[in-house]
Amino acid sequence: MLTQLYRAAWRSRGFIASSVRREFRARYLNSLLGAAWAVINPLAMVAVYLVIFARLMQARLPGESDTFDYGVYLCAGLLSWGLFSEIVQRSIGVFLEHANLIKKMNFPRICLPLIVLFNAGLNFAIIYALFLVMLLVTGHFPGVYLLALLPVLAILCAFALGLGILVGVFNVFFRDAGQFFGILLQFWFWFTPIVYPLAILPPEAAGIVAANPMTALMAALQTIALGRGWPDWSALASPALCALGALGLALLLFRRRADEIVDEL
Amino acid sequence: MTHSVEVRGLGKAYKHYPSQWSRLAEWLLPFGGPRHQPTWVLKDIDFSVEPGEALGIVGFNGAGKSTLLRIITGTTRPTEGEVRLGGRVAALLELGMGFHAEFTGRQNVVLSGQLLGLGREEIAELLPAIEDFAEIGSYFDEPLRTYSSGMAMRLAFSLATARRPEVLIVDEALSVGDAYFQHKSFSRIREFREQGTTLLIVSHDRLSIQALCDRAILLHEGRLLRQGEPEVVMDFYHALMADRTFAHIRQELNAQGAVQTTSGTGEATIVAVTLANAEGRTSDAGRVGEEVELAVRFRAHVDLPSLVVGLMIKDRLGHEMFGINSHRLGIPIEKLAAGTEYVFRLRFVMTLGEGHYSVTTALTRSDAHVDRTYEWRDRALIFYAINVDKPRFVGCNWLAPQAALELIDAPQGVSS
Repeated sequence: MLTQLYRAAWRSRGFIASSVRREFRARYLNSLLGAAWAVINPLAMVAVYLVIFARLMQARLPGESDTFDYGVYLCAGLLSWGLFSEIVQRSIGVFLEHANLIKKMNFPRICLPLIVLFNAGLNFAIIYALFLVMLLVTGHFPGVYLLALLPVLAILCAFALGLGILVGVFNVFFRDAGQFFGILLQFWFWFTPIVYPLAILPPEAAGIVAANPMTALMAALQTIALGRGWPDWSALASPALCALGALGLALLLFRRRADEIVDEL
Repeated sequence: MTHSVEVRGLGKAYKHYPSQWSRLAEWLLPFGGPRHQPTWVLKDIDFSVEPGEALGIVGFNGAGKSTLLRIITGTTRPTEGEVRLGGRVAALLELGMGFHAEFTGRQNVVLSGQLLGLGREEIAELLPAIEDFAEIGSYFDEPLRTYSSGMAMRLAFSLATARRPEVLIVDEALSVGDAYFQHKSFSRIREFREQGTTLLIVSHDRLSIQALCDRAILLHEGRLLRQGEPEVVMDFYHALMADRTFAHIRQELNAQGAVQTTSGTGEATIVAVTLANAEGRTSDAGRVGEEVELAVRFRAHVDLPSLVVGLMIKDRLGHEMFGINSHRLGIPIEKLAAGTEYVFRLRFVMTLGEGHYSVTTALTRSDAHVDRTYEWRDRALIFYAINVDKPRFVGCNWLAPQAALELIDAPQGVSS
């Protein structure tokens, strides 16, 4: 039954690709600079983190003398958290957003969260590429370790997609789900070492934060960006399991409720 | 022959929960059992349509027409029963769905085409034909927001019908652009049908159902109330309109073997409707140009303060040819005692064109049909207008013309 979903999505790959392209273009349509905004925006963001936080505010990681490292640490975490939360939040709303289309057209609905996924992925690719360029320019390029990015991001995306669809289906029937998850995401962000390193936490708090599957994912991404070596693969087992679980549960729920979604909208 | 559309035991129920909490409980508690009430919007729907046939689907708002069509297009899943289709379905119901105002016609065609399940290469192949058919010129490469609504509809129609579907769902009220394009789109639909496309036509309009459809079905409160010949189904539908509870609606064969539909309170009823020709002989045919007489015999079953006899002559497609009533003719019928019988005679010259016509009769309390209808009878009589001694002509009217030819001017050298 999951292969059925997969096949439906594969058959619609053309539609998914065009939708991603369209959504991307729609954002910068009728602006003079066009797609340049897709670069300028993230550039500004990365610059703020790297320059303002790290250089001007002199924030640094404990045990490090190079203030630039904190900027890199911050960017690695914030950019990938941005990817995670964009996928989750947009998937939660995607069925409601396209209620009209779902009610009136017959097409594989699983495309909708996939379009969200690829769109978020595209945005992330742009901003991360800029980030890497900055690292290259400043002589902090992480090199070969970047290869580890792919499996780590795959886990992150799968986890986000699973959660997004899961809550998204619930959200069609109970709008509370979306509201609740919005708040949850904010707490989750601060319970994940992104703006602060895990080491500064008191041991009781560190225990809780370490149990958070996002902690290991972020740690891996930060390690890669800082060029400190390969990520701790064994620590990624638990997020990978969480991702698989969330995705499996999400697709199961989606299969069971897909027809009802049409009736409810 | 394999059916083009086959609907068997179809039913659709929406789940009705007393509250959102009970839905949550049903989802999360594994052994709680169902906590909802099904609300049936469609039940026990059975019908089939053959390739190339046109089926009319009629019913009031909320009768379940849209739900039925959504199930046929696959947008909604049925709760019970099944729909079998002989091929691809296209619906001209939600034209322009998925269009984006900021993109050009061409880009929209590509994206919406994919939404309709066409492949990229297929769309690339169809694109010139779509552009051609829509006839919107250079606008094809302009953003959709610069289009008039008619132009957007042209584009949407061209896309939806770019490939011949096996089943085409059409809303009769479909208006695609101006009169020119309207004709163009309907001739495309007609072509499809000739090539074997099955049409499902949703309508409220008697004329188009009778003109376009081979058969019709009437949905009422989620049930299939009637199916059969368009005229018979439409008669029933119209009777239903006046009498929603259909307590008094009857359909039976009249003396001529046609199904006639009767509704009303029954306080007065028709005994007989007959046509007599110039010689006074009762007949079901009248000669074009001849004087004939329609006689309506009716009976009051209770004491009635007043009564108006109405007559309407309609052609084969249900077009109204002529209608009038006793009130407008200045014949008051008042203080009718129970048990009295009258005959109302209407003499006129048969100026109708060749063909068959039906007579609808109405016995009402006053000039307005809605006031109180004692009896309404569709197809109380079927008669023929035959052309025996007039020149052959076309149209629904014999205008008894006087023709003459006169020479006005002649060129030099030609003598008359």
